[in-house]
Amino acid sequence: MTLTFTLNGRKMSQEISPDESLLSVLRRCGCYSVRSGCDTSNCGICTVWVDGHAILSCSYPAPRAEGRSVTTMEGVRDEAQDLMTFLAEEGADQCGFCSPGFIMSVLAMLRELKDPTVDEMEQYLSGNLCRCTGYNSQHRAIVKLLEKRRDEHHV
Amino acid sequence: MSENRFRAVNRAVPKTDAFSIMGGAPVYTGDMVPRDALTVLLLRSPHAFARVKKVHKDKAMLVSGVVCVLDHTDVPSHRYSNAGASYPGNNPFDRRILDEYARYVGDPVALVAAETEEAARKALKLIRVEYEVLQPVLDYETADTDPSVVHPEDNFVFQCDIGGDLEHNVLSTIQSDGGDFDAAYAACPIQLDETYHTMANQQAMMETFRTYSYLDQAGRLTLVSSTQITFHARRLVSQALGIPQAKVRVIKPRVGGGFGAKQSMGTELFAAVVTHLTGRPAYCCFTRQETCQCTNTRHAFRIRVRMGADLDGTVRALWVDSLENAGAYGEHAANVIGLSAHKTIPLCAKAEDWRFTGKVVYTNTTPGGAYRGFGATQGCFAVESTLNKLAVKLHLDPTLIRLKNIPEVGKPMSAYYGEVLQSCSLDRCIATGKKMISWDEKYAPAPFSKPSGPHRYRGVGMAVSMQGSGITATDNCSVTLRLDDGGFYTLLIGASDIGTGCDTILAQMAAEILQCDTEKITVSGVDTSYSPYDKGSYASSTTYITGNATTKAAKELLGKMYDAAAETLKVPREELFFDGESFSGRGARLTVFELGRDSVNRFQTWLSATASFSSPTSPPPFVAGFAEVEVDTQTGEVKLLDLVGVVDCGTVINKALAHVQAEGGFAQGAGMALYEQVHLTEEGKLSTNSFMQYKLPSRLDLPPIRIAFEESYEPTGPFGAKSIGEVVINTPSPAIMAAIQNAVGVTIQTLPATAEKVFMALRAAEGQKEIR
Repeated sequence: MTLTFTLNGRKMSQEISPDESLLSVLRRCGCYSVRSGCDTSNCGICTVWVDGHAILSCSYPAPRAEGRSVTTMEGVRDEAQDLMTFLAEEGADQCGFCSPGFIMSVLAMLRELKDPTVDEMEQYLSGNLCRCTGYNSQHRAIVKLLEKRRDEHHV
Repeated sequence: MSENRFRAVNRAVPKTDAFSIMGGAPVYTGDMVPRDALTVLLLRSPHAFARVKKVHKDKAMLVSGVVCVLDHTDVPSHRYSNAGASYPGNNPFDRRILDEYARYVGDPVALVAAETEEAARKALKLIRVEYEVLQPVLDYETADTDPSVVHPEDNFVFQCDIGGDLEHNVLSTIQSDGGDFDAAYAACPIQLDETYHTMANQQAMMETFRTYSYLDQAGRLTLVSSTQITFHARRLVSQALGIPQAKVRVIKPRVGGGFGAKQSMGTELFAAVVTHLTGRPAYCCFTRQETCQCTNTRHAFRIRVRMGADLDGTVRALWVDSLENAGAYGEHAANVIGLSAHKTIPLCAKAEDWRFTGKVVYTNTTPGGAYRGFGATQGCFAVESTLNKLAVKLHLDPTLIRLKNIPEVGKPMSAYYGEVLQSCSLDRCIATGKKMISWDEKYAPAPFSKPSGPHRYRGVGMAVSMQGSGITATDNCSVTLRLDDGGFYTLLIGASDIGTGCDTILAQMAAEILQCDTEKITVSGVDTSYSPYDKGSYASSTTYITGNATTKAAKELLGKMYDAAAETLKVPREELFFDGESFSGRGARLTVFELGRDSVNRFQTWLSATASFSSPTSPPPFVAGFAEVEVDTQTGEVKLLDLVGVVDCGTVINKALAHVQAEGGFAQGAGMALYEQVHLTEEGKLSTNSFMQYKLPSRLDLPPIRIAFEESYEPTGPFGAKSIGEVVINTPSPAIMAAIQNAVGVTIQTLPATAEKVFMALRAAEGQKEIR
């Protein structure tokens, strides 16, 4: 079957099989930031946005994306620049395999919650597992980003 | 050590690959697979132990797109080990690519390679296998008396005598002694005899095992693989396939974590054998379930500790008796067991009379392998828990009992291969950790002293640990550093950056000596065709071993640059001044750019240096770990409130990366302590084989982990550095168990401390005292 959808702002038509996951289609479209970590919807690595909402592309049937707008890390690199800089400063990337999915969740959170509390952040991001870092450095990077955004607001 | 002594090291420098890996660039193995690569899938045994009588492949072969279906009769019969370690070593050659025997649930029996994944999946379902089902050995504590023999084959190879007895499923037995344990123990007024169990934890790196292979332009079998052991993999693949190493090439791209798992091969040979037999590119990628169940885990241990002490808490006699479950294959097993004693006993430095006995057994379960800590983690839980028990028994503060026992600089550590300790700030680590967690306010010797709500009590606990920095006189590496046209440097390494950041820290070290910015050092690795040999990334070795080789090469290159500048400028070398940008003297000046240009265009020798390093010592890093918990006596739930780690890794090379290494290690240690339960079915199948069943700590399960560094200066290390990677995982288990004991009086000696286990222990204790 043919899937017609918008990928990172561009209209696309892609031949898919009806039982295919969105993750598999996105990788075929060259979005290599979208990766599989667990196969069981537990790790959050495959997080992308569908119509602006963060979803797990490993368990999202590709046909459901028909007519929708899908955003991956490839489509938000500019928006992610500050966050990536703070993550790099903290050494929070380590192996980097979970980073794109994590960044997609953080950016979705910041669009949804303007000034999240620590609890809200932890709840929102709890589905994004990371085995390398123990999460603290990620948290410090987000706090720095929020501070920067706040400062920019006040100027 | 003042802050500004260094310009490139001892700073927080972002990783050289940070923006490509975070931005989702296609830099990992699975992102670069050739379009025409065959998909390789494995048919796995449903039985824990069986002999494969016949594999019926004919129907599978009929599936359109299937290129080959292989079983043990189709693949080379050479035995080898999956373990990446310097050779000759002691890992048994107990594997075949596909074997006549299936030795655990999930052991591969047949392989399909097809044009598409769909075709391969369809073919897998059409293979029929006739098994002779055998009685499996599932309990490692009785494996040596089990009538079944896990390795009955006649071409099993021990590389050397490691005390094996295959008839009794014993892979290795070991004993070493210092002094006279029996006499010293008998003379001690306090004697403890405790037994502990640790689990077969999952390394759970986020990128599962994956490899693709192809024949390169020279017809060499080329593997691109997510591995920690690029060079060892070349040797092991050549051994397994029976082809010369010259015909094998291995490339390591970015790796999505390893934690030791990828110190053993996983997918390499399944892709390689297909390319070898068909000439076609092939890709083998394990699912999460395969990675959990069919690669390798931490070795499960039972450790009995006998500890004799004086009334003041000085440990005089210590016996660590370890039983280790190798699982079905012996990767790393005979090495892992040694660390359970050699990296724990030295922390009781006054115990001059010590003994280590160990036995490694085969069972029909998922193989063990390397996992961060490598036996020291298991040993640390047992020995440090016993030391905490001694503190309780003697009514001594556990931090003070450590100060009585920890090793001193300048003294030989007899249980640590006799090596002399040259740097240690463990006393400062303990002092700083106490302050950070407010130990003196929070520690009350008696359980139930700190109620924090209805049926809730708080407690604190601590432990100390050590590891090594590389493997003494065993692991070697070389690096090449050269000045390139354009005035930049290229650092060629064989060390495998698996996310730990060795590309970055080695560049920092070179930059420190060459007095330039880290960005001026381009790091390249790893491709066995172009990279200098390196043992790989394991055993906490890159900072120390490859770091020492890097500083040697950088000094040598700088010397050559001085010579070349002196000759070009006609100024005596002693009068030259180098500021990182240019050489100057007697009013003349030559820039690094000009030197690089002349080096490639004019000189008879290219300005480059290759240096090797093998260490006669393995200086231990140290850590003091502290935990605060709150235990609910009605549910047994343990809430981890605080985790504090203070680390002595010598000079910190990269402040950000070392900090995150420590935080990540503590997080994994906390997972092992509280959440990561391992379960086998009655038939011997690992049922905790996905992240659905195997509970990795999420950010909701962990407190903010607070890390500090108490730097020492290791005279043999690069810029005074020691390792950091492994030591940081060891203390959470004993510290958290001690905190639980401190809170509610129960002692958990089998990990993890699930709510159920704590609740049952509380219930058992209730029979002995009033109900709380």
